[in-house]
Amino acid sequence: MTDGFRRGAFGVTGSGDTSGFGGLVRVEPGGAVALHSTDRPYGGWFDEVTDALIDAVGEATWAAAVPRVLVDRGEITYFVVREHLLTLVQALRDDEALRFELCSSVSAVDYLDSGGPAANAGRPRFHVVHHLTSMTYRRRIRLEVAVTAEDPHVPSVTGVYPTADWHEREVWDMFGVVFDGHPALTRILMPDDWDGHPQRKDYPLGGVPVEYVGAQIPPPDERRSYR
Amino acid sequence: MTTTSDPYAGSRQTTEGRVYTVTGGDWDQTFGTDLHEEERLVVNMGPQHPSTHGVLRLVLDLEGETVTKARVVIGYLHTGIEKTTEYRTWTQGTTLVTRMDYLAPLFNETAYCLAVEKLLGIAVPQRAQTIRVLVMELNRIASHLVGLATFGMEMGALTGMTNGFRERELVLDVLEEITGLRMNHAYVRPGGLAQDLPAGVEVRIRELLTVMPERIAAMHRLLTGQPIWQRRLKDVGYLDVTGCLALGVTGPVLRSAGLPWDLRKVEPYCGYETYDFEVPTADTADAWGRYLVRVAEIGESLKIIGQAVDRLEPGPVMVEDKKIAWPAQLSLGADGMGNSLDHVRHIMGQSMEALIHHFKLVTEGFRVPAGQVYQAIESPRGELGYHVVSDGGTRPFRVHVRDPSFVNLQATAAMSEGGMIADVIAAIASIDPVMGGVDR
Repeated sequence: MTDGFRRGAFGVTGSGDTSGFGGLVRVEPGGAVALHSTDRPYGGWFDEVTDALIDAVGEATWAAAVPRVLVDRGEITYFVVREHLLTLVQALRDDEALRFELCSSVSAVDYLDSGGPAANAGRPRFHVVHHLTSMTYRRRIRLEVAVTAEDPHVPSVTGVYPTADWHEREVWDMFGVVFDGHPALTRILMPDDWDGHPQRKDYPLGGVPVEYVGAQIPPPDERRSYR
Repeated sequence: MTTTSDPYAGSRQTTEGRVYTVTGGDWDQTFGTDLHEEERLVVNMGPQHPSTHGVLRLVLDLEGETVTKARVVIGYLHTGIEKTTEYRTWTQGTTLVTRMDYLAPLFNETAYCLAVEKLLGIAVPQRAQTIRVLVMELNRIASHLVGLATFGMEMGALTGMTNGFRERELVLDVLEEITGLRMNHAYVRPGGLAQDLPAGVEVRIRELLTVMPERIAAMHRLLTGQPIWQRRLKDVGYLDVTGCLALGVTGPVLRSAGLPWDLRKVEPYCGYETYDFEVPTADTADAWGRYLVRVAEIGESLKIIGQAVDRLEPGPVMVEDKKIAWPAQLSLGADGMGNSLDHVRHIMGQSMEALIHHFKLVTEGFRVPAGQVYQAIESPRGELGYHVVSDGGTRPFRVHVRDPSFVNLQATAAMSEGGMIADVIAAIASIDPVMGGVDR
């Protein structure tokens, strides 16, 4: 008590968060990011689409662009190297055997703390996920582009799918992934002057103080506890 | 402080610099520009405006009454639901997602639960599937009625609004009897439903099926044949199939352009392939076509509801697996969802293991195998997609919602640039965005 203040008066240890909101860390063995991949044949129309895609972009590009493919729960995921993303989506949209006319959704997943074999510094933490739909053939595929937090750049697909405009702005807003070539990459849901990217896993829920006129309530993980 | 003698644009010197107080209508003299040369005016509309269909802000560049540029600003209703789901159990997720698109709560719940069930690799019992279809189609009618009602209000047809909300109340009464709540039901749960249909509700639903067609006919009499309504809507907010696909627009807007793309038909879920119904389309690709498509879809939903009620067979409404199924089938209380007294008696008085099981399942929740799925269903506004990722834990690792309102609203500029400012309102109303879904 050298500074004249009593410490620990309220029995605070750790974060003092009793709400369950702040700073929850979960480490699960395996993790969703586990580096599985599926071998050919994939079954169903998956082989047809994959062959058509290889035909459209060429064997060499394919080998460089898609290091692994995962078929899980009846859905196919192509893990794409970002340098080749635009070549792939252009072919996916325009090739007659592919015809993925609709970009249903672009979102991202932050695999921080998800554990698994790749849990180390500098690993690709953000996975940007594109869901493409072929109305002609009634098929859906998923493209996944992984980038690190140090270099969070992904080429924008707005040139091929204009609908990705707002999706990519949302991913930038929520995760801080930069889409190179986007016409106006600004925040969309959060205020323009917001600090941080709320859906990152290291951004706690309710992690900002609540402002009232004349008072400020600290975020849950900084409140004292009354045990 | 000095004041000049100009009666319309008096100026005075302040500490902030020279301040003009413009009082008259002589803008051309004040700015020294030629009216016919440059007449660009930027108008901010919203976010609090009765005609912007919610807390939506529009920034419009005008030349006279012509809109040269329309920019849409959203985010005023952002609630961080996607983030919040990561801190709650899989079952609690239902309660959160139902609040996104608040006019289509049962669609949010069903899409979310279908995604979770896909991750779990389970199928819900037949009765639960049929009831899901039943409540979703009731919800579709309620949602389209609000869509038409607000459409009327924004076009100045206020009776359209009062009538639309009045008919919607009939549907909400039935939904209240089934789920206990008018909105935000949390009725559809991973593995099935929160509770079975209450006794005698089939009679109420059949009553609704007889009443609603006359109400729709009245809606037609009120609006469809009315010359002002037609002239406000026809050739307004034009967007053809190419434009829709480029902008990702789905739902009634896409169908009004002539493409019969309805996920209930092309990617059936919940057994929609076994129901007999049509996909209404229009070929006008304008606000008029969207209005007609929505009204026609109400009729198709009534057909589906009739078939669903006919095929209801007694049976369970929750999966058998006790490691997933909610331990109690709740009853309907005076204030919404109530307790199951039989279940309370069992766990408190008879079986300690049942109490432990209940406690673990309710507080901690069940685990979902790691992986990711994308599940899309046809909501009243288009493709409602749930991208759900699990890391094997008792809480979702990530839930992303592809909300049709969010995507469709991007078409505002394409629909309204080059048109009159009054037609911007018609274009947005014809998209029928729900800001709760847009901002999430």
